Amino acid sequence: MAEEKKPLLEVSGLKQYFKINKNFTVRAVDDVDFVIYPGETYGLVGESGSGKSTIGRSVIRLYDPTAGTIKFDGMDISGKLDRKTDEALRTEMQMIFQDPMACLNPRKKVEDIIAQGLDIHHVCKNRQERADRVADILLKVGLAPEHAERYPHQFSGGQRQRVGIARALVMNPKLIIADECISALDVSIQAQVVNLMKDIQKETGTTYLFIAHDLSMVKYISERIGVLHMGHLVETGTTEEIFSNPIHPYTKSLLSAIPIPNPRTEKTRVAMSYNYKEAGVDYNVGKRHLIDGTHYVLATDEELEKWANA
Amino acid sequence: MAEREKVLEIRNLSVSFTASSGLVNAIRSVDLDLYRGETLAIVGESGSGKSVTMKAVMGILDKNAVINSGSVNFTYHRGEQVVTTDIVKMEKSDIRRHINGKRIAMVFQDPMTSLDPTMTIGKQIMEGMIWHYDTPKEEAYAKSLQLLEEVGLSEPEKRMKQYPHQLSGGMRQRVVIAIALACDPELLICDEPTTALDVTIQAKIIELIQRIQKERGISVIYITHDLGIVAKVADYVNVMYAGKIVEKGTVDEIYFDPRHPYTWGLLSAMPDLDTDDSRLYTIPGSPPNLKNRIVGDAFAPRNIYALKIDERAEPPMYQISETHFASTWLLDPRAPKVEMPAELKARIARMKKEAE
Repeated sequence: MAEEKKPLLEVSGLKQYFKINKNFTVRAVDDVDFVIYPGETYGLVGESGSGKSTIGRSVIRLYDPTAGTIKFDGMDISGKLDRKTDEALRTEMQMIFQDPMACLNPRKKVEDIIAQGLDIHHVCKNRQERADRVADILLKVGLAPEHAERYPHQFSGGQRQRVGIARALVMNPKLIIADECISALDVSIQAQVVNLMKDIQKETGTTYLFIAHDLSMVKYISERIGVLHMGHLVETGTTEEIFSNPIHPYTKSLLSAIPIPNPRTEKTRVAMSYNYKEAGVDYNVGKRHLIDGTHYVLATDEELEKWANA
Repeated sequence: MAEREKVLEIRNLSVSFTASSGLVNAIRSVDLDLYRGETLAIVGESGSGKSVTMKAVMGILDKNAVINSGSVNFTYHRGEQVVTTDIVKMEKSDIRRHINGKRIAMVFQDPMTSLDPTMTIGKQIMEGMIWHYDTPKEEAYAKSLQLLEEVGLSEPEKRMKQYPHQLSGGMRQRVVIAIALACDPELLICDEPTTALDVTIQAKIIELIQRIQKERGISVIYITHDLGIVAKVADYVNVMYAGKIVEKGTVDEIYFDPRHPYTWGLLSAMPDLDTDDSRLYTIPGSPPNLKNRIVGDAFAPRNIYALKIDERAEPPMYQISETHFASTWLLDPRAPKVEMPAELKARIARMKKEAE
């Protein structure tokens, strides 16, 4: 059961600071712990500037973490990477980016965009094998093999995001970090992409770290959710736990901010507001408290008591 | 109820764009009515013509646009007088002088690009008042401070001197709303005012617009694709598809008694926090290319309930109640009786229960 499962990704005490100048350091991510198990989807939510993307980028090592350890598939990937770990990391962890217009090289054909990882890691022995793999992956993401000959500008937004997903999938990664990969798309297209990502997960057993600010979409795709605010993971647990029993006032305000498509109740509902400064909460002194199961809240003892009874 | 005063009346409006590949019929014979103090929401996918309709109202269509037919009658107060003009027939310079910003104001989607990065916030708010009403500078300044406070920005004196890049996205959108309100418009058009913002900030901006509308009694048109926002703000809803309004009615009629198969699809596709389906519903296929001439019902190729006649003739608007209209052959007395999908029915029943 849960105890026996070995986590695929284990992040503990992750800190990511950016030094702006001598006197000023931005603490983008401050002491964050979470684990992701193989085959599941972990959703990271929070407002802009809360550090969700920074976590994704630190995990895939686009940044060098200031402190903390990141364990991926048994390997420690938080320190200096030796050649073997680097190679493994670059093939087994992939990323899907936010803006499908900006993340594809406009001067390359789709085939070359998707196969770039294959080329760099010398995966394919000949051109035919490369073309076959690209064609397979295009079919898998709902495009046609003929699309390999086209350039990114010849696709619509949703199709481009499919190309982005194909590029991540072609390496058969164990973990895919999806950084706001649906927020730039139209609502109806968002649903299509989310469905596609779920289908792929069912088929290949890939694990996702799904970063988004739209809680209603995160609810559909994730098994577990982490709520970030100002670089701190304020609450984490299964989707069920977060949605049915939110403890932290920030989580509550996020949940209440989602407009509910029911005109009769929504007309009179007022969203809860949460202001860090006025709430008198200091994230730095809070500790992780276990509520039940996998549900953790960052709080001091007094705060926890107050919120739980509220 | 008191006599409702009509603010905007669009009749049979059609707009095309000349593109290198031919004529694109962006909106095809749109009718729309808006009354004073009420809120209308226009929903539809990207490319369905929501924004083009509103740009036609503002007279700010792109250069390659051609208005083929129709009228946009806008009624406003000039002192004691009540004036009605047809915006389609007006000269561009007259629209600029008498309508844009002064009587109809618009809030755009992206506050990063709709503010001038080289001008201070204060100057941008005062600009409209000085241009339209020759307001003395001191008076305009005082009013700007008041507006900034009204839209919920702290330390208005400091904000007046700041530039857009010094503010966060939510604050910028508040500034945009303050600018829109500067000349006391009678109609406010919000073109996806919150798509570029976070959920928590979105909720605050929507509540702000609602409060201002109540206080000032202005009419608001929302263009959006978020049905949650529509439920919160709108009195009336128009559903647009491929440049046509396919269903219109009060918000209750659209959410609890939808008649058009496209509206069924839209409502089924809403991500809902209560349902536990593992898959999101999506409407199959994609919207038609408006470059091609549309024969019959534009939605027919994506409609599992499509009838034979949908391929040949465009359905007329059928009236269901005094305020509820839908354009689908399914409402014809000769059509076979088709019920809305069972899942949607269950959801509507659940929504009704919640409301009790």
